[in-house]
Amino acid sequence: MMASDHRSEAHTVSRPPLPTKRVRRETFVGWLFATPALFMYGFFVLVPLLLTIFYSLYKWNGVGPMTWVGLKNYVTVFQVPDLIGTIYNAFLLVLWFSFIPVALGLVVSSVIHRIASGRFGSVARTVLFLPQVIPLVAAGIIWGWLLALPGLINQLLKAIGLGSITRAWLGDFHFALPAVGVIGIWVLLGFCTVLLLTGITKIDPALYESARIDGATWLQEFIGITVPLLRNEIGVCLTVTVINALAAFDIVYVATAGGPGNSTSVPGLQIYILAFTQRAIGLASALAVMLMLLVVVVIIPIQRLSRESG
Amino acid sequence: MTEPPKTVAEFEDLLAAAKAAGLLPIMQWGSAKSGMGLAFPLQQLMAAYGPVGPINDWIFQKPGATIDTPTNLTAAQHLEDWIKNGYFPPDINAIEYTDSNSRFVAGEGVFTFNGDWENADYNTNMAGNVGFFAFPPSVEGDQPAAMSGPLTFGIAATAKHADCAAFFFNWVATNPTAREIDVAVGGSNPGGPADATIPPVPAGSITAETLAAGPVVGANAMDFIANATSSIFAQGWTPELQKMVGGQQDAAGLLQAVQAEYERELTQ
Repeated sequence: MMASDHRSEAHTVSRPPLPTKRVRRETFVGWLFATPALFMYGFFVLVPLLLTIFYSLYKWNGVGPMTWVGLKNYVTVFQVPDLIGTIYNAFLLVLWFSFIPVALGLVVSSVIHRIASGRFGSVARTVLFLPQVIPLVAAGIIWGWLLALPGLINQLLKAIGLGSITRAWLGDFHFALPAVGVIGIWVLLGFCTVLLLTGITKIDPALYESARIDGATWLQEFIGITVPLLRNEIGVCLTVTVINALAAFDIVYVATAGGPGNSTSVPGLQIYILAFTQRAIGLASALAVMLMLLVVVVIIPIQRLSRESG
Repeated sequence: MTEPPKTVAEFEDLLAAAKAAGLLPIMQWGSAKSGMGLAFPLQQLMAAYGPVGPINDWIFQKPGATIDTPTNLTAAQHLEDWIKNGYFPPDINAIEYTDSNSRFVAGEGVFTFNGDWENADYNTNMAGNVGFFAFPPSVEGDQPAAMSGPLTFGIAATAKHADCAAFFFNWVATNPTAREIDVAVGGSNPGGPADATIPPVPAGSITAETLAAGPVVGANAMDFIANATSSIFAQGWTPELQKMVGGQQDAAGLLQAVQAEYERELTQ
């Protein structure tokens, strides 16, 4: 009886106060504001996600009748040509699409913040962010010309006496993936730089001033102040760019379409081929679900690390 | 070269002569974005060294059909030799279809393997400086073979105006003006009724030469090996031929890999 009374008493004491009418109204208004975004998120993200999982359990060509196959597509998906190779390529792209743009973005944003905060800084930000605005298909065509055997990059190499290393970069088994990676750096560097630069502007200038009074160099400021205080922004950059690498499709499709000989093929491209060329919607959906799980498994530690650091 | 080669051997002599003269023997494309253009010469070699029947059987998925046959191996070995001899552009794996044609029209490449849908371009931009011949057989006097994949159209059973669609198809195939447009712009035989006449084309034009080749090839026509399954081109021929260009695949491996991909797709 005594214990029961205590529990009852404790429960009564810890109960939160009932929301006032004003708070309830504000909560309702808040949900009202969020509703359009939630609707869009549900319609364009959650519904396709659930449909993809649903399709992955069927054999379907996208038009005719659907046949229930259970988890068979998840077994069959391992027969996709060079599947392990495509996943390996996706992880190699993490280096090009994520690590290099984030590292370069840190350096570039720090330099812009320190020496070019005026008009030059604005111009630099605009130029670096431009690839985010240019349609990727147009960019792919231009990069195709630049990296072709008679293209500008090879002409420049010849002009500086490096004619012996010229090649069709996007058609070379050893250099096609790095060439796609360079396009990825070009696309993602601006995003990383702008995001990190925004973070730098939030750092208390007094920290830099005191470091300079103590005689700190740019490198010491960069390592001692900028990088540690940008951990959250770095976490966001890494999350977005790693997803871009592992779920890559557009950049690879417009640059090489997976060639030569699958040397740049990635899971995203295989999903496209399975769905829209082979018309195996169920199989493509199964691979898409597995790719999503792979991305989640990789992203969760990055998120956790950046939160712990924060 | 004063007349078309009569055999594959004669054609290969011409390739060697072009190479020796410092010319690019064959301009062809090979980027995965366009689909590998070496499938054209490969299939012509297949039809030169073996009958077209088994090739069509494979394309139309006849049970038990295989592309991995002794005569196709001979064909693939010839293609591999052409690659090793430098008869194709060194950057072929990065060349797209449109760029290949632009470079050929600009004078790069003595030969190219292509379809009559490019006739209008050649007639306009290479008039008097280009000619056509059907790929020769391996034995002189044998009937040449060629790819012929007619477009197929369907009218949905639920179409609201099926009669209009049917009228249009009939008009395209039978109306004299429509047939003239078809030949002048499309460059191909306009098809239609068996007794229909082919609209006149300028004598000496490449269109006149491709139209004249039709009856010569006759029943030795085949569909395209890239049409065997919906993704055999993207998942089979293109990557494996690109590997052959890169020295990572040989003739036997090419046929085995494509056959394995073909069987994988059919079981799915």
